[in-house]
Amino acid sequence: MPQESRGATVSAAGRRDGIGASLPRTNALRLLSGRGQYVDDINPPRCLHAVVLRSPYAHARIARLDVAAAAAALGVVRVLTGRDVAALCDPYVGVLQHVPGMQSAPQWPLAVERACWQGEPVALVAAATRAEAEDALALIEIEWDELPAVTDAESALDPATPVIHPELGSNLCFERVVEAGDVAAAFAQAAHVVEAEFVTGRHTAVTLESRSLLADFNSADGQLTVWHSTQVPYMMQWIIARHFRLPETQVRVIAPDVGGSFGMKIHIYGDEMAAVAASLVLGRPVKFVADRLESFVGDFHARGHRVRARMALSKDGEILGVEADDLYGIGAYSGYPRGSANEGLQVSNLVCAAYRRGAYRAVTRAVFQNKAMYGQYRAVGHPVACLVSEGLMDLAAAKLDVDPAEFRRRNYISPESYPLKLAGGPVLEKLSQHEALEQLLQMMDYRGLRAEQLQLHKQGIHRGIGLASFVENSNPSAATYGQGGVSIASQDSCTLKLTATGGIVAASSITECGQGGYAVIQQVVAAVCGVPFAQVKVVLGDTETTPVGGGVWGSRGTGICGEAALQAGKALKANILAFVARLQESEASLYDIRDGRVIDASTAVLVMTLEDVARTAYFRTDQVPKDFQPELTVTRSYAQKTWNGAYTNGIQASYLEIDIDTGFVKMLKHWVVDDCGTIINPLLVDEQIRGACVQGMGAALFEQCLYSDEGQLLNGSLMDYLVPMAGEMPDIAVGHTCTPTATSELGAKGAGEAGTAGASAAVLNAVNDALRPLGASVAEIPATPERILRALGRIA
Amino acid sequence: MNPPQPVTEVDIALTVNGENVTRHVPVRQNLVDFLRDTLGLTGTHVGCEHGVCGACTVRFDGAIVRACLMLAVQADGTDIVTIEGAATADGNGEIVADLQREFHQRNALQCGFCTPAMLLTAAELIAVRPQASRDEIRTHLSGNYCRCTGYQSIVDAVEAVCRKRAGAQP
Repeated sequence: MPQESRGATVSAAGRRDGIGASLPRTNALRLLSGRGQYVDDINPPRCLHAVVLRSPYAHARIARLDVAAAAAALGVVRVLTGRDVAALCDPYVGVLQHVPGMQSAPQWPLAVERACWQGEPVALVAAATRAEAEDALALIEIEWDELPAVTDAESALDPATPVIHPELGSNLCFERVVEAGDVAAAFAQAAHVVEAEFVTGRHTAVTLESRSLLADFNSADGQLTVWHSTQVPYMMQWIIARHFRLPETQVRVIAPDVGGSFGMKIHIYGDEMAAVAASLVLGRPVKFVADRLESFVGDFHARGHRVRARMALSKDGEILGVEADDLYGIGAYSGYPRGSANEGLQVSNLVCAAYRRGAYRAVTRAVFQNKAMYGQYRAVGHPVACLVSEGLMDLAAAKLDVDPAEFRRRNYISPESYPLKLAGGPVLEKLSQHEALEQLLQMMDYRGLRAEQLQLHKQGIHRGIGLASFVENSNPSAATYGQGGVSIASQDSCTLKLTATGGIVAASSITECGQGGYAVIQQVVAAVCGVPFAQVKVVLGDTETTPVGGGVWGSRGTGICGEAALQAGKALKANILAFVARLQESEASLYDIRDGRVIDASTAVLVMTLEDVARTAYFRTDQVPKDFQPELTVTRSYAQKTWNGAYTNGIQASYLEIDIDTGFVKMLKHWVVDDCGTIINPLLVDEQIRGACVQGMGAALFEQCLYSDEGQLLNGSLMDYLVPMAGEMPDIAVGHTCTPTATSELGAKGAGEAGTAGASAAVLNAVNDALRPLGASVAEIPATPERILRALGRIA
Repeated sequence: MNPPQPVTEVDIALTVNGENVTRHVPVRQNLVDFLRDTLGLTGTHVGCEHGVCGACTVRFDGAIVRACLMLAVQADGTDIVTIEGAATADGNGEIVADLQREFHQRNALQCGFCTPAMLLTAAELIAVRPQASRDEIRTHLSGNYCRCTGYQSIVDAVEAVCRKRAGAQP
């Protein structure tokens, strides 16, 4: 079903501001004027600035630590060591109870006896200015005994490799096997087998606003207020209260404007917890803002997988079986509180999940490394699973000499098979693979492009076309965290109140990190309540003024809180109409709200303005019948409980040119067809998909955290770590199929991660499509010029 | 005779967003820290402090510079425009206002952290080369990282203002 028809069924007929309309974000105007307020823009009186000493070694014992000179330095108010903070903050262990065998070691905000990665925070200096704090940092005297570092995932489990945490018995965080059908038999009877070892570089989010936190503990009343660049205020409130042993009601977490997050800002960071500790100790505001260099070693990293995979095929090209062995190196501790398992869980669930994949066996193992912390980042695991799946599909198509688009079409899950439960747990409720493929091929003029590619090839110009189908989890249920014993809400809520002049204030439990959380709630509420867009104000990102909920991660904001907003809107509208009906001594069903006015539903004649309704309810209660109490503040909540997640799907295509003398890749064009169910605001969805694609392209061509064998990050600056720039990125055409989820009335599924899920695979397949006539291939991303030239045999 | 003491603080006088400003500043203070922390002009952002991301871009005597790579003392006697004054400043003000409108209409920003600097960078190109091609726009903006948008809507917005102004020229 095309998106327009669905939008029209939900929005009031003919409205230009209903669900499905492309509306600019009202909250963007502040940001355009330089009037945003990010954490570092907030400067309360008596605010101290905290900086952090970090371990220069990947693994080392603290032999001596003397902070006396630093503590006595100009402007310094306090220096905290690992022991100081450990006395205030209970340690944390990042395991999910529903991942069998998962283990990790207790972790404190600042290293207590030893540091386990280069960049691990060791001590905190709080001073009147940041410059003074940095001056004092140089006065901390510390001596280290260097320990052997574990930096190679392949050998992490060898008996000869030191165990990072001896009490765990090994460097294994967890292992998981997903199995369905007889894989050995499938490969035994295969006419063709294709296989490869895929490698994805470890990389990081590089939010333009670095991690920032401002904690203000008022010792007079015991209230702790934390302004935090986070996606998850309620999770943070719970964590801070629990680990610092504070009553939750005395901890308020506020997420002001957040300068990019991408999943990196849903984790607990030792430097941030130490800044909270400093405020608790000092009873005054303490601000910590990571600089860019410490962001590279302090922020969570992601990806970094090695997957050996193979596919068994019949002589007719039917997939008989798929086997995948995934290994990835996380940090020295599993991330907290979400664990570092989700990438591996998704990889083991989703290899070739878009297809009738036959017998299936996937193994994933996460091993501890003396490297930066590791965990969830946009599209968790999906880009790896997609790269492997789509790489195998192209190898198979080439082996069978079938066009890759046609080969995909033949092997997609049959439309009548839904809902389909995959081995490992996910349920694909309903996908639109065939439709998406057709739309994509049309958008890109696939045949014309193939002809152009062939023509140019004859002229010595090497272009490639790469396809990548993807499936993507969204609207996650409690299966992701709650069932694992982690206190992260899978439900969200929206509170609506009618103001005295007939406006609506919507307090929502999701947050805004630029993705459009504000606009989505505003648009849904306006459409459902029948009021102009601009009449709805949204409040979010504050545990004290919004209802409880999970925040934004896992492509859940629109699908879950959008549904809560929809239900809240319906409830408020019903309450308003019931009130008006009572005042008119009539039936509520005879009225409607349009353009902020209560009208007679059949004649459209004005009955009362919303201002009249509110004024009567609030100021002229003498006119309200004694037995009737209008309720013009309502809250509705929603959690997706039908499946583990509402799976989305889509397909991407990349077109690029390779200079075989330099190995440079020029991106020419990229196409996406995405199915996120009901679209609230196409303007926002499309650019979010493009941005997500660019992050996947960065992973495909540029981005990698390079480590030495000793565990030193070699490219930890923006001079050395390559982030995609405007000049390198192509135009990206976005189309949609629309398969609303039946799990909610709104029908919206997630859109924020889909671009990242598929882009790396589309780009790598395009690279290999260009290289194939030259007899070369690359199975590792980023596909750097060096790797391409090596594949071509042009360098050793 | 005592050796001369190093100078650690100096007085500077400059114009910021059309207002005369005099301050006593540490000689080691970056221009961006001076603008943000001393003057409270927090619309200019700090993204990397090593001159790559472009988030700290301001206009300095008519040309865009990275305020993280300059010292406040270097701004003595200069004319600086930040996002807070960019849309009403002499010179590029109208271009910046047009860009703000187009960025808003096309959702050419998400988190907004790169946006003030992106506007100033784009305005510089449009002022000198309104006939810039899409590729030229992309190249010109390559010193300003955006991690959210995918750049396309930004390029679209800049192109729209370019076309409008190129059309308005005789």
